[in-house]
Amino acid sequence: MQITRRSALAGTALAFGAGIGGLPYRSAKAQAANTIRIGVLTDMSGMYRDNTGPTSVACARQAVAEFGQRGFNVEVIEADHQNRPDVGVNLARQWYDQGVDVIIDVPTSSVGLAVNQIAREKNKAYINVGSATADLTGAQCSPNTVHWAYDTWMLAKSNGGATVRAGGDTWFFITADYAFGHALERDTANFVRASGGRVIGQVRTPFPGTTDFSSFLVQAQASRAKVIGLANAGADTQNCVKQAAEFGITRRGIKLASLLLFINDVHGLGLQTAQGLTCTETFYWDLNDRTRAFTQRVLPRTPNNYPNMIHAGCYSGTLHFLKAIADMGVAAAKASGVDIINRMKAMPTEDDAFGAGQVRPDGRRLIPSYLFEVKSPAESRGPWDYLKLVQTTPAAEAFRPLGEGGCALVRS
Amino acid sequence: MDEIFGIPAPLLFGQLLLGLINGAFYAMLSLGLAVIFGLLNIINFTHGAQFMMGAFVAWMLLNWLGLGYWWALLLAPLIVGLSGVIIERTMISRLYKLDHLYGLLLTFGIGLIIEGVFRNYFGSSGLPYRPPAELQGGWDLGFMFMPVYRFWVVVFSLVVCLATWLMIEKTRLGAYLRAATENAALVQAFGVNVPRLITLTYGFGVALAALAGVLAAPIYSVNPQMGTNLIIIVFAVVVIGGMGSILGSVLTGFGLGVVEGLTRVFWPEASATVIFVIMAIVLVTRPAGLFGRA
Repeated sequence: MQITRRSALAGTALAFGAGIGGLPYRSAKAQAANTIRIGVLTDMSGMYRDNTGPTSVACARQAVAEFGQRGFNVEVIEADHQNRPDVGVNLARQWYDQGVDVIIDVPTSSVGLAVNQIAREKNKAYINVGSATADLTGAQCSPNTVHWAYDTWMLAKSNGGATVRAGGDTWFFITADYAFGHALERDTANFVRASGGRVIGQVRTPFPGTTDFSSFLVQAQASRAKVIGLANAGADTQNCVKQAAEFGITRRGIKLASLLLFINDVHGLGLQTAQGLTCTETFYWDLNDRTRAFTQRVLPRTPNNYPNMIHAGCYSGTLHFLKAIADMGVAAAKASGVDIINRMKAMPTEDDAFGAGQVRPDGRRLIPSYLFEVKSPAESRGPWDYLKLVQTTPAAEAFRPLGEGGCALVRS
Repeated sequence: MDEIFGIPAPLLFGQLLLGLINGAFYAMLSLGLAVIFGLLNIINFTHGAQFMMGAFVAWMLLNWLGLGYWWALLLAPLIVGLSGVIIERTMISRLYKLDHLYGLLLTFGIGLIIEGVFRNYFGSSGLPYRPPAELQGGWDLGFMFMPVYRFWVVVFSLVVCLATWLMIEKTRLGAYLRAATENAALVQAFGVNVPRLITLTYGFGVALAALAGVLAAPIYSVNPQMGTNLIIIVFAVVVIGGMGSILGSVLTGFGLGVVEGLTRVFWPEASATVIFVIMAIVLVTRPAGLFGRA
């Protein structure tokens, strides 16, 4: 008998249909009740794609694979919020209504804060990794939310504090005009003032949609500030750094403080342009044996993009979440998002990417932060060998003290 | 004359100059759009992706073949222009008899696909590309620091815009082109191969976008979404200048660059919106655009 392509296709379709139809309804339902669903809501197509995006998904899947089978099934799904709060809110509602138990990642602070409200309204769990705003554990903290890898306060303290100590006591901010930029500028400015420095001025740049920053850089230079604080991220930061070099701003002794810079941005800029910049991270792949081991395990899933602290956070957050589920049981977890989060807060965190840590009552996870300097091309020994450690801030001092955030969960 | 409207005069001059530089990009991109719209009646929404392709081809030439900036300036427009010719021949040419909207949707779709493919292979965080050694450094003008490369961008794009305008207004080829825009059937009756003229025009418009992409590579982050950010503004420029008006699009491009630059000083938050406010005003008062014929 000759098998044509058409008949083969029809046969496959038939067999597939029979397979689905043949599943007893009861068993499918039982399966759903015993399946934990993790939704990675992230930027799959915009300027934060490499800083979050597919590598965040890969790291969540890596955690699921390492966690193994412990009496329940785990399913990871992903979606693109396009850095738009309205899209993010719709997806989050839809997912939670369709039985997704936890949403993880959610970069872009405006989206991160919007999803924070939905998780609380639906009483589901929410692990924010990608957003920077410290308001997630401050004024807008929620019993349904943990904030996993970093925040604006911690960036401000590490990078801002070190810059002022090094003599950069007058600042001009170039700030992305949305929740994240405002939070980062506010937190850094507080540190600058507390350390005896002055903020001379700031300019708010439209986000997204600004590609040319030369005009803002020239304004910053004209202010005669010693430091230009870049309260932006991704392509915005890259464009600022590139154009500051072009306009000879750094050569005139003005320091560029890239307050949030990921290793992926350094990769995009190239060491020739990025060398000498400082950045603050809670994870770097080449930090110690455990981070190197984690990176080697996850790289096959994301060969062209090394994990940064957000990616590692998606791994670590997923792992800790699954440990909490195993501890409390699937039925209890499905009943209440707050209970999951409380269980996560009660257990110490432990993984290869960050070592030991803990989650505070306001939802802030405490881990050490590291100040790095970008290597020169001569110092770099191999692919993605970009950063050298300058200073470590222990976990207890790295983040905003519990009482100072204004979180309602702490006062009660 | 220390201060003008509360802004130090040197700073204001600097901003005017920077606005002019950004205007150079707007002018080159809107020029390509205007040329394409003038003859093809197609609103080329792939333009942003083709601008991005220009920058990426420059990067590929450097990293894969070792060919530097000057080669890229020549080769990238040719390569991307050729891809435009293929797109026109295989897809866009089927739509000339239909409403504008179909061409718009098709080119918009092609743009998204191209962007998606590049994003898939190169990620979104960008690729490094440095200005050529000859164009590094800059001059101190007293009121600001002028990088050599930016100066080069303005001069080069002015020359390109002027050459294009001369070609269309003063040469025989340009005369054919303008005649075909007015009445294609008649021009064809005179023995001019109009379909080929249309194909080459599209290729030329695309090459202009790619050329702007190469110019942009050393100063902007080379990433797949670099065109999307720019193209919406450029469309507004074309609308303000008048669809299909060559000189209009060039003048409007430079003019709006300056307006945007000044907004960045007086009200930075509004700098992304100001062009669209102007567009709305122009559409209400002069629907055909500042330089268009009603």
